[in-house]
Amino acid sequence: MKILVCISNVPDTTSKINFTDGDTKFDTNGVQFVINPNDEFGLTRAMWFKEKQGATVHIATVGEASVEPTMRKALAIGADEAIRINAVPTDGFFVAEQLANVIKDGAYDLIIAGRESIDYNGGMVPGILATLLGMNFVNTCISLEVEGTTATAIREIDGGKETVQTSLPLVIGGQKGLVQESDLKIPNMRGIMMARKKTLTVIEPVGATVATKDVKFDKPVAKGSVKLVNSAEELVELLHNEAKVI
Amino acid sequence: MSVLVYTESENGKLKKSAFEVASYAKAVADQLGSSVTAISFNATSNDELGTYGVSKVLNVTDDKLATFNALAYANSIAQAAKNENIQVIIVSSSTNSKFLAPILAAKLKAGYVPNVVAAPESASPFTVKRTTFSNKGFAHTEITTETKIIGVSNNSFGLKENATTAAVEAFNADLSDADFSVKSIEIDKVAGQVTIADADIVVSGGRGLKGPENWGMIEDLAEVLGAATACSKPVSDMGWRPHGEHVGQTGKPVAANLYIAIGISGAIQHLAGVSSSKTKVVINSDPEAPFFKAADYGIVGDAFEVVPKLIEKLKEFKAQNA
Repeated sequence: MKILVCISNVPDTTSKINFTDGDTKFDTNGVQFVINPNDEFGLTRAMWFKEKQGATVHIATVGEASVEPTMRKALAIGADEAIRINAVPTDGFFVAEQLANVIKDGAYDLIIAGRESIDYNGGMVPGILATLLGMNFVNTCISLEVEGTTATAIREIDGGKETVQTSLPLVIGGQKGLVQESDLKIPNMRGIMMARKKTLTVIEPVGATVATKDVKFDKPVAKGSVKLVNSAEELVELLHNEAKVI
Repeated sequence: MSVLVYTESENGKLKKSAFEVASYAKAVADQLGSSVTAISFNATSNDELGTYGVSKVLNVTDDKLATFNALAYANSIAQAAKNENIQVIIVSSSTNSKFLAPILAAKLKAGYVPNVVAAPESASPFTVKRTTFSNKGFAHTEITTETKIIGVSNNSFGLKENATTAAVEAFNADLSDADFSVKSIEIDKVAGQVTIADADIVVSGGRGLKGPENWGMIEDLAEVLGAATACSKPVSDMGWRPHGEHVGQTGKPVAANLYIAIGISGAIQHLAGVSSSKTKVVINSDPEAPFFKAADYGIVGDAFEVVPKLIEKLKEFKAQNA
């Protein structure tokens, strides 16, 4: 089985968010970048397929050279090869088309992407990718088993979960649950040394659609200070008469 | 040209979010000077959509579509969009809508923007406001394609009545076996339970509750309020509660009218996930807990004393206001 894990380079979850250039750009100043958590759960599941079922695992990222440390981390975790599409990932449609172009030539059986990146939250890439390639697609995937060309997946639904069955080639939109938090791997020194020697191919983007454009950003208005309440009775009264939510 | 809204139903009954997206679609149609057409799957109460400004409903009745199937639903909506010469498609932010919207986007070469919190800021260029950076910010996003798809964030727009008469028509899309290549085997869902996505009120517990055996009072409080239950990341990581309840940046976002955090300190990732909720209440024994800085109301106190009292007072309140 040949697996491609699509990796986004995103600000660490603890980052404070600021905007710059007249609020038209995300301010990367002082921000630590990491593998998108939804992608990392998928990458770790891919490592399981590599260890238990002999899968080959490639990763792909759309981004400029600055994303390479994040890609090297994925290689240090155990991916075999990396492909970087040399372009700024402007919107989900554009990214999906770039990835589709790589996948078309790569004969991949399974494509694992995160259900969304935690920065721009477009949630478009896995679904558009699957549709462009005519592959099966399961989103919000929290469990995946593959036997031959049959895949059994569990996806999260509102208020529960659904087990589905489909066949390869398959695209999944992964998230927490694909592996447990405690299964996530921190690269060791040997992995980091080996990652330096692994192939990282850089390819140029293909002309592609841009469907959406973020023109301006802003931050939520800061909250007024909390109203401290002394009793349950007072809280019920305030929620009813002041906040009017009960 | 008109606006198409995908109105979700469960067991034939339209969901509350269907009326919210219909209300939103009507606002868009008014901006564009057009009308709203809805598409429902096996729903029986479609005429109710008229109350929210829908003038036409395409009702798909097909046993094969009794269970949600993203590709088959997306294909049906795409065909309806083409037949009706649709310019803008409105969907909700449910897990199912977020599953089918990108498929639809690829099929129609449409720009899709999820988590939209307000009516379009302008129709030309077509710009909408959405949450981004996992609710730590907002983006004003322009959709540049001819066909546009908007995913409306739950509870952000609300229900707006705009009474008209909805003409219900049968609609059957041309589907093939290939549209059913992902087969549903089993659905594991507690019937009748309020889900985080649909809830007006969410009651959430954190590590301060000390163990899964203490969740009874969280469930009792949720029951009194007709609320959904949720939890913080450590609680789901430790397996006290299912992953589906994890609220925060890597879990679910919560956009409820009322969010009650019990024994949750308020890590930045958690606060981001709940920032779209309108009123936030924190109950925590540590007055220094960061959640107090993000909440509207707070009680400094032991959850094991405060929560049972709150349940009691709410029951009294309900009895008086029934």
